Amino acid sequence: MLRIDFNRLRFLIIDDNAHMRRIVRTLLHGFGAREVYEAEDGASGLEAFTHYMPDIIVADWAMPIFDGLELTQMIRQPGANSNPYVPIIMLTGHSEKKRVTAARDAGVTEFMAKPISAKALYQRILNVVANPRPFIKTKNYFGPDRRRNVSSNYVGPERRKGGQADTIRQSSLIDKAKVPG
Amino acid sequence: MAKVRPKKPSVATFGDYEMITPANELRKAVSEVADRDSDDPVARAEDALAQLSSEFSAWMDSESDRLDAVRRSIKSTGFNKTTRDALFRAAHDIKGEAATFGYPFVASSADSLCRLIEHTPEMDRIPTALVDRHVDAIRAIIREKARPDIVEIADALTTRLREVADHFLAHENRDRPDVLAGILTPPIAPSEQTV
Repeated sequence: MLRIDFNRLRFLIIDDNAHMRRIVRTLLHGFGAREVYEAEDGASGLEAFTHYMPDIIVADWAMPIFDGLELTQMIRQPGANSNPYVPIIMLTGHSEKKRVTAARDAGVTEFMAKPISAKALYQRILNVVANPRPFIKTKNYFGPDRRRNVSSNYVGPERRKGGQADTIRQSSLIDKAKVPG
Repeated sequence: MAKVRPKKPSVATFGDYEMITPANELRKAVSEVADRDSDDPVARAEDALAQLSSEFSAWMDSESDRLDAVRRSIKSTGFNKTTRDALFRAAHDIKGEAATFGYPFVASSADSLCRLIEHTPEMDRIPTALVDRHVDAIRAIIREKARPDIVEIADALTTRLREVADHFLAHENRDRPDVLAGILTPPIAPSEQTV
């Protein structure tokens, strides 16, 4: 059985809602985390990301100034900051398919629809720590590999040219979002 | 904040893409323990959250007051991007927090208000009377939480609000079939799960 030593991880919570920040902080401390930093909007979140260099970011989507999706796009800029590969767990009240897809295409690592639960948050953190996916860089995407498994039902062309990459077998972000935590 | 920079990732280049495998710096935090290990971090976190729960009622009241304050500012200044976004975030936060705070039955009303704001193409056409009905319903459901029939009341209020809102949205988006299809698609993630 895998166990996470949370006191070896540094977290950054980015959420404009103070109550939700307190909830997430409480859960992380409950898991055993000691280093938990907070920011209350996308702009200060980006600054905190640069300053604290967190191991994992837990970010809201709907925030003033710029939102969690824009924040993700700013972080997922190869060469623009010290760690464009940082795992980003998006914790949001949005649950529509187009939102999950947009989050995936922005480079979000894990998607978690509210209401939050300790179990769901733990599972997302365990996944990014123990089973990280490689990153894919194309002319219009940079982020975690969006192919988590091989679909036998897929009948379209192979869109990646020049080689068959290994595929990491994991549930798709959409499938995972359907499952209560 | 001093921290060692991550090691360089390995890069495999293919025809039109690169596969980059960063060094897993977080693996240091994972260890293998015996299955019989009794430490349960999820249970510890749930206990910590339970200890915080005495504050949830006051927090929900403050969220309700915040929603009311935004509604009042819209009444005096009208809809603009700032007030519309503030109203959306206030309703969206209630939707997301409701179950955690012990008010799962208010999430659907807040969701209906979010849909009304998000999917009305021209913000000037968002009917303030319908916004009022949503805000009043949300506040009433929160206020009357202790009533034994609150679930039935909330359900009846929400069903009616949603019907009116959907009717309005269908009309406003009648020339945008793709948007309309998205509006009518049910969410794929659970929205009323308890902690």
